Amino acid sequence: MFFRNFFFVCLVLGGGATLVANLIPPRNGFAPTPTNPEAFKKSDFLETVYRVNASFEQTWLKNKIQPAIGADDLTIARRLALGLMGTIPSLEEIRQFESRPEGERLAWWIDHVLQDRRYADYLAERFARVFVGTEDGPFILFRRRKFRSWLSDQITLNVPYDQIVREVISSEGIWTEKPATNFITVTAQNGKANQPDPVRLAGRVTRAFLGIRLDCAQCHDHPFASWKQADFESFSAFFAQTHIGFRGVYDGAGEYAIDDKRKNIKRTIAPKVSYSPELLPGEGSLRARLSTWVTHQENSYFSQAAVNRIWAILCGQPLVSPVDNLETEGLVPPALKILAEDFALHGHNIARLIRIIASTKTYRMQSLSVNDDSVNAEKLWAQFPLGRLRPEQVAGSILQASSVATIDAESHILTRLARFGDQNDFVKRYGDSSDEEFDNRGGTIPQRLVMMNGKLVSEKTKGGPFSATTRIQWLAPSDVKSIEAVFLTALTRRPTAEEYDFFEQNLKNSELSKGQQIQDIFWALINSTEFSWNH
Amino acid sequence: MEPLGRRPFLKTTATLAGASWLTPVGQWLARAADGEAPGALPPKKNAQAVIVLWLQGGPSQLETFDPHADSTIAGGTTKIATAVKGIYLASGFERLAEEMGSVSLIRSMISKEGDHERGSYTLKTGFRPDPTVIHPSIGAVACHELSIGKAEIPRHVSILSSQWPARGGYLGDKYDAFQMTDPAGPVPDARTNVDSNREKSRLKSLEIVEQAFAKGRSKRVEETQHKNTTNAALKMMTSEQLKAFNVLLEPQSVQDMYGNTPFGRGCLAARRLVESGVRCVEVTLNGWDTHANNHQFCKTNLKTLDPAFSGLIRDLRQRNMLDKTLVLCMGEFGRTPSINPAGGRDHWPSGFSIALAGGGIYGGRVIGETDPEGKTEVKSPVRVPDLHATVFNALGIDYEKLNQTPIGRTVKFSEGKPVRELLET
Repeated sequence: MFFRNFFFVCLVLGGGATLVANLIPPRNGFAPTPTNPEAFKKSDFLETVYRVNASFEQTWLKNKIQPAIGADDLTIARRLALGLMGTIPSLEEIRQFESRPEGERLAWWIDHVLQDRRYADYLAERFARVFVGTEDGPFILFRRRKFRSWLSDQITLNVPYDQIVREVISSEGIWTEKPATNFITVTAQNGKANQPDPVRLAGRVTRAFLGIRLDCAQCHDHPFASWKQADFESFSAFFAQTHIGFRGVYDGAGEYAIDDKRKNIKRTIAPKVSYSPELLPGEGSLRARLSTWVTHQENSYFSQAAVNRIWAILCGQPLVSPVDNLETEGLVPPALKILAEDFALHGHNIARLIRIIASTKTYRMQSLSVNDDSVNAEKLWAQFPLGRLRPEQVAGSILQASSVATIDAESHILTRLARFGDQNDFVKRYGDSSDEEFDNRGGTIPQRLVMMNGKLVSEKTKGGPFSATTRIQWLAPSDVKSIEAVFLTALTRRPTAEEYDFFEQNLKNSELSKGQQIQDIFWALINSTEFSWNH
Repeated sequence: MEPLGRRPFLKTTATLAGASWLTPVGQWLARAADGEAPGALPPKKNAQAVIVLWLQGGPSQLETFDPHADSTIAGGTTKIATAVKGIYLASGFERLAEEMGSVSLIRSMISKEGDHERGSYTLKTGFRPDPTVIHPSIGAVACHELSIGKAEIPRHVSILSSQWPARGGYLGDKYDAFQMTDPAGPVPDARTNVDSNREKSRLKSLEIVEQAFAKGRSKRVEETQHKNTTNAALKMMTSEQLKAFNVLLEPQSVQDMYGNTPFGRGCLAARRLVESGVRCVEVTLNGWDTHANNHQFCKTNLKTLDPAFSGLIRDLRQRNMLDKTLVLCMGEFGRTPSINPAGGRDHWPSGFSIALAGGGIYGGRVIGETDPEGKTEVKSPVRVPDLHATVFNALGIDYEKLNQTPIGRTVKFSEGKPVRELLET
């Protein structure tokens, strides 16, 4: 009898201990991520950062623009988390971050993020949107999820970008076993015995990998670029020998012929690249030869397009706009060329490129200027641009803000989205946007409604057993500390003096329960411009 | 050989004349000869709103607006006479048949997209999917081009939205349709979940946080439109016009007229919304992707569609709104004339039907004709962009106006030409 009682007491105590352990935010409970601070100190690394900075400084000088001052570390950490993981840092991560010695924090954070599975998953999704689009594509023949998780694996291993793209363009095999081939099968044409569409493939390759909108020349000669309709046709011809059969994607025989409607004849088109024909190898299948040409170290379009896109993912705005069109008459910041050269020279190393961009002066500046003349300053990168967050970034941020501990370090929100109806519903109601859209137009009324009154926000800020609201309510020693914790959790910053005053007064005078009060602060922060816009 | 009747004779003559453009004229003469009196109505004024009844899945033209009852492809579908002599609808449209004087049909729609997503995009926007730009749907264009008026609620609404609701495209997300489910329930997210004191205190807190953020970047923050959008949302939450969504405020007899289905309620809500100044309402009726048991499914769907569509027309007329409201009933494509082994019909974008009624459109007319066997091409084909040009024309919108897309391309609202026979006497 005694033993049974004793056992029962132990059980209760054990359960209680587990509960407490779960409720107390672990501060240094994690093994610190291994970092490689030396990578940031190498002379060739520093030189590129320096050259990028110098190029911008010259522009500012010429335009008599006073650049913004440096942002604080937490602001930059938030940018990095949003850009690379599609979510905000957790309170737990902020504590870890602040426990590092000053001056080493950002280098540690960048490496920490680059080793996080959420980074690989999120970047893979952003790439997948560009490579194969967001749609489910042809039933049976196309496996978007396989493609994305394959990309994610490549990013985790930091496989060189040129190698990834070569595989995407030229892989053979079945789409389930060789996920890269989904790039081809997504264009399978229902009416044409499920054969891939050379026109769509050529359009994707030129836009996604070269930053050239050759497919505008599909119907007419390009208004201002040098591409002609014939260029697009001969580019498409590289996919004429690619087929889909029982054993998947393979290369065989075939000619590219198009109907000339004006002359009413069929014309056969020979494959030809529009520039630098010397980079095209003579051996191999048409598709393999094209992939070598596209990803060639000396094909500057390739490296510039990649840099422009990764810059846009990090900063919310591409260097050259629109993101998939380098052939613009507008301003091309010299930084694009400098970064692209470094990228090509160092084996198209994505992690290195991210480390460099994140170390530049522009990336680390405040998103406000001395004179409040931000529009022009933003255009010339004299301050970090304000950028509207994408729907999945907002959803990811709400989920993270509802918890003190890091949520789902194992996978990104988009993977969760596929699993959970209510979050999926959030993105549906909030409205998804394609990855060509970096236009920063204002939000919509349904977005504001879903943020103010929607289920996700109200449920996530409610006091559940593991919610941030409950933890902060129970564990913060004072009102001031709870206010601070809410701000750090939702906005990754401490309150200003005015905000401290206001919310402290508010807490004192309110008749609501502590939990409700904290919930209301969360509501205000989540509905602010600051929460929905990258800064 | 059958004796040559007047109608076939006139048509044959036109065809024999070797000028394909004469076919519509031939049809015209044929119809006149049959005793129909086209253009008995006074000239129309521009419509001010559009209601799109979206039949998701691709409705079979043969079981709806284009029955070929006596041919082998009918598979047992019968036809009924309508209020307009010479126009027949498939059985199941008994109530719509009474309103035929207000409804016109295009039986010769052709599109190049036989996939649900691409077809929906094409019919909703008037353009085929294009990787370099997202085109706006009819409702987005209407909201963009027509004045705002007194509307405090979203002017573009999608009820029972499908997977691909109407979008603003290059005109901007703010022209996306506001989505909602069965109007028997409340408007989603339009009500605060705390009491008004708490709401006030929350908004005061929000104001404090906004002030802190705007410091040093006030112009840029203003440009984000965040505050204006928040205010518009708050205004909507307390607007009297929200009642327009609540169909339960209508007399029972009116609710019954539309049929007591989610789709019927959607159509009733559409009328109430248009009355409040909403420019475009899209109401979706799902279940038309009839690869198996086509006839059975169509019969069931018509039980929902017939009272709702006819009720809407009748109700709009009774309220003197029909002249100002264009009703469009369509899906992403039609279905094959042949019946597959599962008793279904498959996708068929080359010769399908749509119906139009009300504002700016003459009723009781039929454009085009399909071959009973589905073997030859349709007569007087109407391309999708032509439909859009027709709709925009009826709304008084310059469909050839050039617009800048975000990447600086210039695009028209429609690349087609209006179907004159629907717009003129």
